[in-house]
Amino acid sequence: MSIEHVLFGAFALLTVVSALLVIFAKSPISSAMSLVATFFFLAGIYVLLWAHTVAVMQVMVYAGAIMVLFLFVIMLLNLGESTGGAAGPLLTLPRVAGGVSAAGLLVVLVMAIWRLPDVEPLSGQRAVSEGFGTLARVGESIFTQWLLPFEAVSLLLLVGMVGAVVVAKSRI
Amino acid sequence: MANSVDIKYYLILAAVLFCLGMFGVLVRRNALVVFMCVELMLNAANLTFLAFAKQHGNVTGHVSAFFVIAVAAAEASIGLAIVIAVFRSRGTVNIEDIRTMKH
Repeated sequence: MSIEHVLFGAFALLTVVSALLVIFAKSPISSAMSLVATFFFLAGIYVLLWAHTVAVMQVMVYAGAIMVLFLFVIMLLNLGESTGGAAGPLLTLPRVAGGVSAAGLLVVLVMAIWRLPDVEPLSGQRAVSEGFGTLARVGESIFTQWLLPFEAVSLLLLVGMVGAVVVAKSRI
Repeated sequence: MANSVDIKYYLILAAVLFCLGMFGVLVRRNALVVFMCVELMLNAANLTFLAFAKQHGNVTGHVSAFFVIAVAAAEASIGLAIVIAVFRSRGTVNIEDIRTMKH
């Protein structure tokens, strides 16, 4: 039982609990705040996976930018607590069907994961010597091997930006 | 490696997150919460990428996660713009009231 096990257990539990809160919260604002918490705890798990760069990007882009966008839109639309909430009977047919299909997918995924072959994972000392997950190592990979997809992503973000302005404009 | 968490537990956590996101997409009726659940599913995919990257010692999984985050940002901006446009014309974000494309 190492410190990594303890941290993983804590972060995994908190992630699942806050993800459940995202789904079952009554108002969209509390859903959004639970989603921020989920992203923070997931960033902790990413650090445990030696992915420091992705953890930092997760906090900056997701917990920072995307969630500010979400909160801004929720407050702009001025939604009350009642919209899309849990009014009416608890067990409706769509809810039961959704729960059954999600549980079925979970069972299939867990069975498939359990039968994966064992591979020796990258461990502490070796990862440090390779600089695994550092900004230098990930950046080197992006700007040598994946340069064209990187530029395509910048184009995608530009198109998304212009498209968002055009779609949300009052008169098209 | 006895003192390191087995990769299977990370993958199972990702599977749980993905199924929670899918459940939310199927069950919730508020379009904004549905978008949030899609973000949960994208994060589950990221977690899987990073877990396999660690197992194989290959940094390509980190690059994939970076691309997923960028695509999620673009998706969120477009999706929220559509939600605003729909709310402006119909006054609701309940996806059961938005049935123009229903045959």
